[in-house]
Amino acid sequence: MSPLKQQSKAEAYRHDLRGYQMGFALAAILTIVPFTLVAAGTLSTMAALWVIGVLGLLQIFVHVRFFLHVDLSQEKREELYLMIFSGSLLIVMIAGMLWILFNLYARMM
Amino acid sequence: MTVIASTPGMSLVADHAHEHDPAASALSGFWLFMMSDLIIFGLMFATYLTMLKPMSFAGGPTPKDLFDLPGAAMETAALLTSTFTFGMASLAIKYDLGVRRVMFWMVVTLALGLVFLGFEVHEFMHMFAAGAVPQRSGFLSAFFGLVPLHGLHVTAGSIWLVLMLIQIGRTGLTETSKSRIARLALFWHFLDLIWVGIFSVVYLGGLA
Repeated sequence: MSPLKQQSKAEAYRHDLRGYQMGFALAAILTIVPFTLVAAGTLSTMAALWVIGVLGLLQIFVHVRFFLHVDLSQEKREELYLMIFSGSLLIVMIAGMLWILFNLYARMM
Repeated sequence: MTVIASTPGMSLVADHAHEHDPAASALSGFWLFMMSDLIIFGLMFATYLTMLKPMSFAGGPTPKDLFDLPGAAMETAALLTSTFTFGMASLAIKYDLGVRRVMFWMVVTLALGLVFLGFEVHEFMHMFAAGAVPQRSGFLSAFFGLVPLHGLHVTAGSIWLVLMLIQIGRTGLTETSKSRIARLALFWHFLDLIWVGIFSVVYLGGLA
């Protein structure tokens, strides 16, 4: 193997390694912050739920990008479309289910 | 590109490598499986959310009585670290760093997966001892529908890890075993993604 190719391979390895390290660091921060907030218990329940929800969603994006390696590039397009489609189905089903059942709950009160 | 393989609508991206590479095609199929699994988990989450009204506790234990933040934090730490160590195994395969290094990272991943399962089983035993069994209330039925379902997936992933360790221990890294480990990696990262939902909705949401 030529020195040039060796060099670029080592560079590619470092690049990939940095991707995993970055993902791990971001995921760890997005985990530790809500755990600390809940442990401290300073926020009101509603405010804490909002923070947990937003950070949880962010962490899911981090996992998809850095661990499942789905991004906006052309070669990942199939997986991206599949995730967006499955995600849309999920939103319709979960939101619909919650809407119907909490509506019933409210009527029974 | 053959005419049959490129039926319009079968592949969303023209000239895609998936049609020619069996490993990539198997990976695409595995994505389909994972997304259907995601729908199952999503509906278990929805069921759990509907079971958080006070009447669903049926006078039994509530999330605040049952869940313990340090325990959930340990489970999360084990699973999150294991997803990173599996990434290291994938990198060792991608850059030909040798079968020993791949096996090392897979063993670390397996150990962390077993630590996670150990904490989870301990937590369930603790709940059972306190009378928090699935038939106690709607809330507990939903809890034991959702969280152990994820635990079963981790168990399946651990068995799969053991099988792959045996396989690459015997035959080394063949194209077949590399392709299988690539799917196992997706599965393992996916399980950690589901766990993000569980610790956010069930544990942090329940204790907030």
